[in-house]
Amino acid sequence: MHDANASRAAETFMPLTASAVLVNPVGLHARPSVKLTQCAKSFASKIEIALAADGPWTDAKSPVKVMRVKAPQGATLHFRVTGADGETALAALLALVHDGFGEG
Amino acid sequence: MAEIRLTGRTASPGLALGPFTVLATAVAARTETGDPAQETAALLAAIEAATAELADLVATVEGDAADILEFQVAMLGDDALAEGAFDAITAGIPADHAWRAALDAEIADYGAADDEHFRARTADLVDIRDRVLAQLNGVDRAAAIPAGAIVACDDISPSAFLAADWSGGGALALASGSPSSHVAMLARARGAPMVVGLGPLSWEGRIPATALVDGDAGTVILDPEPETRRHFEQRMAAAAAARAAAEADSTKPAITADGRRIAVLLNVAAPEELAGLDPAICDGIGLVRTEFLFEASRGLPDEDTQYAVYRRILDWAAGRPVTIRTLDAGGDKPIPGLTVDRESNPFLGVRGIRLSLARPDVFRVQLRALARAAAHGVLKVMLPMVAVPAELAAAAALLDAEIGALEASGIACARPPLGIMVEVPAAALRAEDFAAAFYSIGSNDLTQYTMAAARDIGAVADLNDTGNPAVLALIARTVEVGRARGVEVSLCGDAGADTRLTTALLATGLTTFSVAPVAVAQLKAAIATVNR
Repeated sequence: MHDANASRAAETFMPLTASAVLVNPVGLHARPSVKLTQCAKSFASKIEIALAADGPWTDAKSPVKVMRVKAPQGATLHFRVTGADGETALAALLALVHDGFGEG
Repeated sequence: MAEIRLTGRTASPGLALGPFTVLATAVAARTETGDPAQETAALLAAIEAATAELADLVATVEGDAADILEFQVAMLGDDALAEGAFDAITAGIPADHAWRAALDAEIADYGAADDEHFRARTADLVDIRDRVLAQLNGVDRAAAIPAGAIVACDDISPSAFLAADWSGGGALALASGSPSSHVAMLARARGAPMVVGLGPLSWEGRIPATALVDGDAGTVILDPEPETRRHFEQRMAAAAAARAAAEADSTKPAITADGRRIAVLLNVAAPEELAGLDPAICDGIGLVRTEFLFEASRGLPDEDTQYAVYRRILDWAAGRPVTIRTLDAGGDKPIPGLTVDRESNPFLGVRGIRLSLARPDVFRVQLRALARAAAHGVLKVMLPMVAVPAELAAAAALLDAEIGALEASGIACARPPLGIMVEVPAAALRAEDFAAAFYSIGSNDLTQYTMAAARDIGAVADLNDTGNPAVLALIARTVEVGRARGVEVSLCGDAGADTRLTTALLATGLTTFSVAPVAVAQLKAAIATVNR
């Protein structure tokens, strides 16, 4: 039953993708990672990040996994979002990156 | 017993003297249950308890310190962190060993990162690891750091630092560590001197009783001789008095006792250093080191990335002039994939403008980004390590070509004034031969090339003295040429922040200094005491 729902959800929502350049001075390190995962966790959609358009994809809701990506400043961060609130989530995540995670 | 002098890298400025304290993390042995289910429960409970302990600590701090601890809370709250440990426990490994192995793997991964900012996060992971181990093993955390102590250890965790009271003095002397670590940031914010990279801390016989830390010079002296100590105490007293007097006046212009107005500019390595700074403390930015852009990115930074950073710095300066130095790699600043490896003497090799002219593909990108940014503020461009006029001419031709291309494409840009750093004695001796829009004296290199003595080689460090008459004569000569040609001359090396040299430097005729933000208040106070 659960599996059936999951596959229906996947049918209903096509993954949305977008990318943005990390402009904050130190890349996706400690504080930016926490902000990114907090933002991601506030949405129901499945949210993933990658350094290349074809992955490998990393769960954006896990700070440990996001830190393992070690995305430096100047890197292009790709997002893949799947779910009902996907569009809102993607917009919020891109705004966060464009804003340099609110860092100086 | 003879004093022991150690040289490292400065991570937080200031002077401190106090009892020498070796920080050891005592971890008691733990009795294993031998039952994977019980071991799993023990680790879960330990993680929960450590999280609760962190949450309590977060509530007692604010600002940067809270952010750092919140990062630890987020990491600890993520199941992905302990995944490997729980798998190992299921396979029969005791909880503490499993946790340590999982975290050590994570720590090793961070330690192998190309980017210093990620490497610096290893201290946070060590902190997380030890917090949970302390809970598992049922022992108290490392003994508290006594107030005023000179703490010696390999590296220190942010929470161990925060648990101590630094208001009454004290400092950090670390065998490894990093100036980019969270602890270094906290130490700078709390005014605790910190020196990193001292190498193995060793001594003969008994443990040293006292130590002094010179966070300005990056040195530590164990068991100082009475004479060394007396001299150091005088410096501390003078520094304390100067600091107290200076802080209040840091937004006022710098004026000598006999009424000369001196411009004080800032040296910055990354735009984040400007966060929280009042632009009113300076007359502009005299040196932006662009190496950080190249260190932080895996590849070479593209034009838009560079342009965005330059714009941000111009925005902060709000109309004040900003001097950006083109990439100064090579020498002691290697960049993988760009600088030349295994030169027999990197300081006399392909560095600064020599490297940029050898790699026009990289240089052109930076010049384009600079020309585009120049349309949005008072931007000047400074070339490092120039030795002959042909280098300036070649750079000017490349800049003009890029501006021509930008204009042809209808992209907004402006031609920034192009100046040179005077750090090779040849440039100082023939400054008049250079069609430079300004000169900026790089006193670190000018001193080491003039004196043929590196400052990181302890045995010749005394010779590496910007106050030497030969170096001062080259500075004075450059100032004279600048005056005759009607162009600005500034000094952007570390000597500008060394207030022992302020009188001598002003005597060369210099009227513009560029120093690190933290040095502004003291420099202005020192300038105010100088009478012709």
